[in-house]
Formats: sequence, structure tokens, C-alpha cells
Amino acid sequence: MTLDEIKPGQKVKVVGIDNFPLKERLMSMGLVPGTAIDVLRSAPLGDPMAVRVRSYNLAMRLKDAARITVVLN
Amino acid sequence: MLTMSVALTGNPNTGKSTIFNELTGIRQKIGNWPGVTVDKKVGYVRHKDRAISVVDLPGTYSINARSPEEQIVIDYLLSEKPDIVVNVIDASNIERNLFLTLQLLERRIPVLIDLNMMDEAAKRGIKISPNRLSKLIGMPVVETVGRDKKSIRSLLDVFTSTVMQNYQNTELIEDYIHSIEEIRKSGDTPDNEEKIIALRYAVIDKIIAATVDRSAAASTTTTEKIDRFLANGFLALPLLLAILYSVFQITFTWIGQPIADYLDFLINEQFSSFVSEALTALGVAPWLHSLIVDGVIAGVGSVLTFVPLIFTLFFCLSFLDGTGYMARVAFVMDPIMRRAGLTGKGIMPLIMGFGCGVPAIMGARALDSEKDRMISILVTPFLTCGAKLPVMALFAAVFFPNQASNVVFAMYIVGIIMAILMAKVLNVTTFKDKQSTFLLELPPYRFPDMKTVLLETWDKGKGYLVKAGTIIFAMSVLIWVLSNYSLYGPVDEMSKSLLAQLGSAVSFLFTWQGFAHWQAGSAIIAGIVAKETVISTMGILYGVANVSADEGTVEAARQMLSTLGSSFTALSAIAFMVFTQLYSPCVTALGTIKKETGRWKWVAFAFLYTTAVAWVVSLLVYQIGSLLGF
Repeated sequence: MTLDEIKPGQKVKVVGIDNFPLKERLMSMGLVPGTAIDVLRSAPLGDPMAVRVRSYNLAMRLKDAARITVVLN
Repeated sequence: MLTMSVALTGNPNTGKSTIFNELTGIRQKIGNWPGVTVDKKVGYVRHKDRAISVVDLPGTYSINARSPEEQIVIDYLLSEKPDIVVNVIDASNIERNLFLTLQLLERRIPVLIDLNMMDEAAKRGIKISPNRLSKLIGMPVVETVGRDKKSIRSLLDVFTSTVMQNYQNTELIEDYIHSIEEIRKSGDTPDNEEKIIALRYAVIDKIIAATVDRSAAASTTTTEKIDRFLANGFLALPLLLAILYSVFQITFTWIGQPIADYLDFLINEQFSSFVSEALTALGVAPWLHSLIVDGVIAGVGSVLTFVPLIFTLFFCLSFLDGTGYMARVAFVMDPIMRRAGLTGKGIMPLIMGFGCGVPAIMGARALDSEKDRMISILVTPFLTCGAKLPVMALFAAVFFPNQASNVVFAMYIVGIIMAILMAKVLNVTTFKDKQSTFLLELPPYRFPDMKTVLLETWDKGKGYLVKAGTIIFAMSVLIWVLSNYSLYGPVDEMSKSLLAQLGSAVSFLFTWQGFAHWQAGSAIIAGIVAKETVISTMGILYGVANVSADEGTVEAARQMLSTLGSSFTALSAIAFMVFTQLYSPCVTALGTIKKETGRWKWVAFAFLYTTAVAWVVSLLVYQIGSLLGF
């Protein structure tokens, strides 16, 4: 499954990221395979979403989160 | 002894600027890095008889040279070779912060690691051992607490006692650099780059395991609790609007505008009449008298009266930015703004545009991508600023006495629709190749460091005064010349001036809009200096005594009705209002665009495209209105 499908409160692990322009930036920000992610919330209008990764909070758009494959932790 | 050079590097939101400001105070110079609109901050300090220069490099997450900021950091470190490179790390977020550290060590740049915000980390139950960290990577490690000025000042002792040559990469780091070099042997492919990134985090995980104790880490932080209200659920939007509204009120009603009005009174009434009387007493020639009073003093006055607005606004924005709330604004507003071709963060500068375009244009520099910045700057002028309001109010009062507020409101809507429309158009035309991305850290909420807030406010206000101010001043004097001279010398009436001649020269342009008179043309040209002068110029040219925007609108309307009524129909008045609403930004705004974009090209573009849009829309309004029988 992909990160955009994960509900707030759930914890997942990164499996991989599709090849797309944001991939390298996402990885530099700490989302490498195996990294634990806590899904915190989505913005009041449903998009973007906020996650907790490597002890900081990161916001991203759902269409970008859809490129990140994860498994439930 | 030579000046010691220190460079500060680190991720955004690590308190790096606070450290810089505390170290250097007001002995800093703010300029631009060559060719880009990224601030270059250098400060000077003396400590133990050593002169130390400190440069605050832009905050970056990495140094892959993907953005101008990253390019600046890596270029500076490699070419300038500062004596000490300080790597400021937010201790509560050490994992991601170490990514940059490793990249620096890879480039064989020895770093002094400053674990900042150790108090916050402790509060969150994160224990870091600076000694172990230092042993593990081979570099000196110090601790600071952003709020504790003494701990920051103690950095100076470290600077003067530390000799970076004494430190070397450890075996762990050397092995890791070796592995990276192995990967790079098969080329600089994106695949290899990703392998390297994964390897960096593998090393970071090792370092963290050996130096950080997280067993007591709190599961929910204060930031989490606040975000449940400010970034979540039904309350987030109303709260956001309330906060934006208070910033707007503080700037344009409570603090900024009253000071601006008072300053305006001091300069344009008190000082101006004092100088005027003095010049009369001295028997100065009338043209010089008028140049000094109506040209120079009025010009300087128009620059200065914007200053309180800008200082107040930037104080509010810097403060909010320091708390971490601005990131939440972007988070909450992103889906709405995206539909208009903009980004979440762009809401703040745009709202400012309803007060004054100048701070709004300057506020756009907070946006991440060049594309978002440019679009925001270019659509802001369509909004109804405080100076357009009296023009709208007066025309509405004259021609639609029973519908005045609805007509004015309609003009606001026209401006908003055109701003959204043009944002979309620019998005798919001029800037179609540029990426608008949204990947945003939501930093912990903090009470901002007031010294940093004040210094930021001062920098921006000063920047406006110096750069935009000179352009505005020059243009004000130019307009004075135009309205007081003809080609044959000074004139005693504005109707014989160059401005009037220009007005009649351009008036044919407005044949299809129904207001092809030279007075309207002159008022439009004068309005480029400041939108509110549309009214005063018309007042003079149509021979209405003493019409000014300050007077009661109803009184002015009564006076103007008889004269304007014969020149405008209700429909052509609407067309004129639409044109005034949309056409060229005022000189102050144009000067600010020059300052912010750094190019005359964009000033010309902003002038031409807004005027073209205004011309077409007002033409459509008049022609369609005529067809419908209005």
C-alpha cells in the first residue's frame, strides 16, 4: 500500500519510493527504506498530510505520498 | 593578527539565526549573494583580542547543490575555506540534522558541532552524549541553549581556543567515505545517489544508537497538542483566519496605519508648511519652492509613510514565523491556494495585498520556489489596496449613491477574480517549466527570539527604505516635473502641463471604454505614482475645489457629481473603476518589484501586463454593458 492510504494514528515503514522528481529530496529528508513513519493527521481540507519521521514532523501532498510504498508496522 | 573567519551552517529551524544574532548583535551587514535573492549575512565581533567575522550561511537540509541556497553553502565552504565551520544541530531532531553533517565530513570539511536546543531535547526525554558523539565522528562537539545567551556567548571561547586541524575523521567516517567513493566509481547516476543517501542514514542510525538515549522520550509533545487545534479539524480554518485578520488589523488599523498617518501629518503638513514658509521668507524662486515642497518633501514623505506599515507587518510576520505557525498556515491553506495555481504559504502576502501591495510583494520572499514567489508578486497588484479604496468609494458614491457599498464590494471581487485567473494563466504559460513543490517541515512551536525578530524586521524595513525608496523618490520628482512644466517651461495651471498633454495623448486609448477625455488620461498617469492621486488629479483637472480623499466621501461626491456627471455615464464610470482597480501597480509597488526580483524586465512586465488586462477587462465591461442597454 502507499502512504496516502494510511489513517492518522497508524505506524508504517517505508518500503520504497517511485522514481519521480521528489524522490531524492524525500530520501534526503530521511525517508529511506526501513524508516518508521507515524501518520499524524491530514490538513482540515483532507490534503496535505502530516507525518512524523525521524523525530520531526513533515507535511506532504497526498499525490506525492501516493508514490511512497509502505507496510504497516 | 588575521581576522578569524567562522561560518554557520545547519538545517532550517535549528536556531542558527538566533546564534548568529547573539554572537554579532547589530554589527552585521546584510547583502545578497551574487546573482540570487538569498540574503548574505556577515557579522563582526572581537573576542580575546581576536577579530572574528561570522557568516550565516542559508539554512539547508543538504548540500546537493539542488537549490541556490545549497549551491551557496557548498561554494562558500569550498572556495572561502573558513577557519571554523560551525554545524548547528537541533538536538531534539538530531537524526535528520546529521545528514548535513555527514555531507560536510564527506567533503573533508572539519566541523565544530553545536548541539543547540539541548533544553528542548531534554524536555522531550532525549539524552545525547556530546562526548560520545565527538569520539565517534572525531569532531569537537559543544552544547548551547538558544534561550540562554551565556551558552551562546561561550561559543566565542571555543572559537578562539579551537584549532580545527587538530581534528580528524574517525575510522567510522573514513570507512563510510570510502564506501561512497566505491559507489561513485560506477558513475553519478540517480541510482547511485540514492544508494549513498541510504548509506548516510545507515551511518546516522549507527551514531544515534551509540550516542542518544531515547528510553524516556515523551510520546506526545506540546507541539502535538497545539497542532490538534491549529492544524487539525474544524477549528483550524477559523483560527487561521482570525490570526491573519489580527495581523491585518495590527498593520492597517491598530498600529501601523495610525503611525503612518501621523508621520504623513508631520511631514506633509507640519514640516512641509514650515519649509514652505521658510522658503517664502527667504524669497526663493517659485519653481524651486514648488520643487522642494511638492516634489522633494512630498516624495520623501510618500516613501517614509510606508515605513511604519512595513515595519509593523514584518514584525508580525517574523514573529509568527519564529513561532513555527507560518508552516501550519501553509499546511492548512495549501489545497485552496493550489486550485488558484499558488501554494499554501502564499495566502499571507496576498491578504496583505488588500492593505498595501508593497509589504505584500516583499512578503512573497517567504515562499519556497521561485515560481510561487514570482506569481505571487505579479498578481498582488490586482487586489484592492488601501489607496484604491478611496477612488472606488468616491466613484461609487457619485454614480451609485444607493448601491455604493455593493459597487465597491464588486470591485474587490473583480480584483480577486483577476488575481486568481492570472495566477492560473502565469502558472501554465510564463512559469510552466518551473516546479511548484510542497514538502514542508512542521517545526516545533517555540517562543520566538525577540532579538532575531527585531533584527529581521529592521533588515527588511531598511532594505525597503534604501532600494525601493530611491526609485519612488525619483519617480515622485518626475511626476512633479510633468505636472508643473510644459515643453516651453513652467506652467501655472496643471491643465497646460506635460501631464495634461500626456493625458490627452493617451486618452484615445480609452475610446472604447467610454472615458476618452484628457482629464481621465492625466488622472490615470498620475495614479501610477500613487493610486489615491487619481482622485486629487481629477479634482484639480475637472475644476472641483479641494477634493481630497481625506475629506468626507459624501461631501466630495456632492461636489464632483455636477462636473463628473457630464463626463461619465454610470457605465463608463464602472469601466473607469475597473481600469483603476486593475492597471499598473503604483511606483512604490513597481520599485518594490524591482528590489525583490532584481530585474527591470519584471518591472516592465508587471506594468505592461496588468495595464493590458485592465484595458481589456474595462473594454469588455463597457462594450457588453452597452449591448445590454445600460
